[in-house]
Amino acid sequence: MAETIDRDAAALAERAGELASEAQRLAAEAADLAHRAAQSDAPATDPVLFGLTVFALACFVGYYVVWKVTPALHAPLMSVANAISGVVVLGAMIAAGPAIFGVSKLLGFVAVVVASVNIFGGFIITQRMLQMYRKKGS
Amino acid sequence: MEASIASFAYLVAAICFILGIRGLASPETARQGNWIAIAGMAIAIGATLLRPQIVTFELVLGGIVIGGAIGTVIALRVKITDLPQLVAIFNSLVGLAAVLIAAAALESPSLYGIPVESGLATHSLVEIMASTAIGAVTFTGSVVAFAKLHGLMRSAPVTFTGQRAVNAFVGLIVLMAALAFAGWGTAGLFWALALAALIWGVLVVIPIGGADMPVVISVLNSASGWASCGIGFTLDNPLMIITGALVGASGAILSYIMCKGMNRSLAHVLLGGFGGETEGPVEDAEDRGPVKAGNADDAAFMLRNAGSVVIVPGYGMAVAQAQHALREMVDLLEGEGVRVRYAIHPVAGRMPGHMNVLLAEANVPYDKVVEMEAINRDFPSTDIAFVIGANDITNPSARNDTSSPIYGMPVLEVDRARMVMFVKRSMASGYAGVDNPLFFNENTMMLFGDAKAMCEGIIKSLE
Repeated sequence: MAETIDRDAAALAERAGELASEAQRLAAEAADLAHRAAQSDAPATDPVLFGLTVFALACFVGYYVVWKVTPALHAPLMSVANAISGVVVLGAMIAAGPAIFGVSKLLGFVAVVVASVNIFGGFIITQRMLQMYRKKGS
Repeated sequence: MEASIASFAYLVAAICFILGIRGLASPETARQGNWIAIAGMAIAIGATLLRPQIVTFELVLGGIVIGGAIGTVIALRVKITDLPQLVAIFNSLVGLAAVLIAAAALESPSLYGIPVESGLATHSLVEIMASTAIGAVTFTGSVVAFAKLHGLMRSAPVTFTGQRAVNAFVGLIVLMAALAFAGWGTAGLFWALALAALIWGVLVVIPIGGADMPVVISVLNSASGWASCGIGFTLDNPLMIITGALVGASGAILSYIMCKGMNRSLAHVLLGGFGGETEGPVEDAEDRGPVKAGNADDAAFMLRNAGSVVIVPGYGMAVAQAQHALREMVDLLEGEGVRVRYAIHPVAGRMPGHMNVLLAEANVPYDKVVEMEAINRDFPSTDIAFVIGANDITNPSARNDTSSPIYGMPVLEVDRARMVMFVKRSMASGYAGVDNPLFFNENTMMLFGDAKAMCEGIIKSLE
């Protein structure tokens, strides 16, 4: 009799141990899930805030870099600014690229043309101007 | 993975653009900087071509080829004197492209991965609204600036009664349309906003006079940058945000420098109407005294016998295309042992750096071209200041006549030189409508005539 009770108790204890370890595993999993959930809510991935961060830093970079430009080269500065603002072509290309023809594809195409005029025209006129600047005797 | 490659390429391109502008710190590094910027653009476009949204290439590549060909032909053919117009038209194209892309993003937001849940999110609408409004104003404003600079319309201020009220009213409509679009986001409101902003761009620029164009072009250049920045926010593209901020900052700094060069506030310039009427009291004719006029032979004789000459070029030199004849004249003088330098006022001409690039075109070495602050110290030891096609930027009233409308504006102190020569077509006042008392000084010689013809006359006499 006592033997069976002992055996039962041992089995029960073993079972309890198993359950405990199972619970521990589940808890760890839950913690991991919660951690991941918290991460996906982190403000660092908010695209607007990310954009603002990039924007603010770029304004500072622009401010310091542009003040260093010699006044003699202010005209090429404007034309190179024209050229690099043609970078909006990246957005235009995506609008002009899909398989289905629609209004946005047409708008994208016109924008690609317009922005490309700026890129090519801006860089070439800048180069033309810069080639004219020379020192005495050279 | 492919998104990471594109993002990395954009980062590289952004660094290239920054280095490109950094190169302009000195003429020695400028050309290399331009090549770095070109490489950056090529990397950015190449990476975009690989993106999965682009499945048909006809319109993408065709657009680049067509636009590239147009841009190349324009840039190779344009005369350097027409540079201000060219920059104006390039500013306008960025504005136009921004409006078109904003329209495309509104039409098919899913293309750009903009989330749509029962309409666009407010932040997307605000971003589209900002780039459309700024882009549209930049577009038409720059077209008007181009027309004024290119002589397609009078460069004098266009004014009418109640102008400011009309401008304020249209501006209010732009604001209301912008707010309404940000609230409801319908296509109808989008086009209403675009239309109102297009009209406002015209209204804002027409009252601004030709000589204020350096400021206008700089402001519009800045605006084109902010417009592309807005597009960058809409499309979540950091490269466009960075580039837009660089261009925006560049234009803003140039506007500041130009305004300081005229001692006027940005608001005063942009409200316009300057130069249309005489603002200050006109001096009485009798205390002006006679002017001393000379001819090319007199000028040649004195210039040849001078020890040092400082040349002050202005917009009149650009109009007369006199820079090449001027440089020939200087070559002859230098052959006679005269020390010649050029003095540049920040607002001389029609855009920032206009005079520098014209002189460079005429093969004047850049180390002989001196900025205002540096050269002003040297005028007392200069024998002759040779002012060609400039007026207000040399007017001593700006220093000593508190009633003058240009009082406080920094000027080239040519009156401190032993002698001043003015090459001018007539006695007409400058854009500010202010008399220049220097014309009546005893040691001033007026050389009436076209700037180019006068230089050629002096050359003939020197030979």
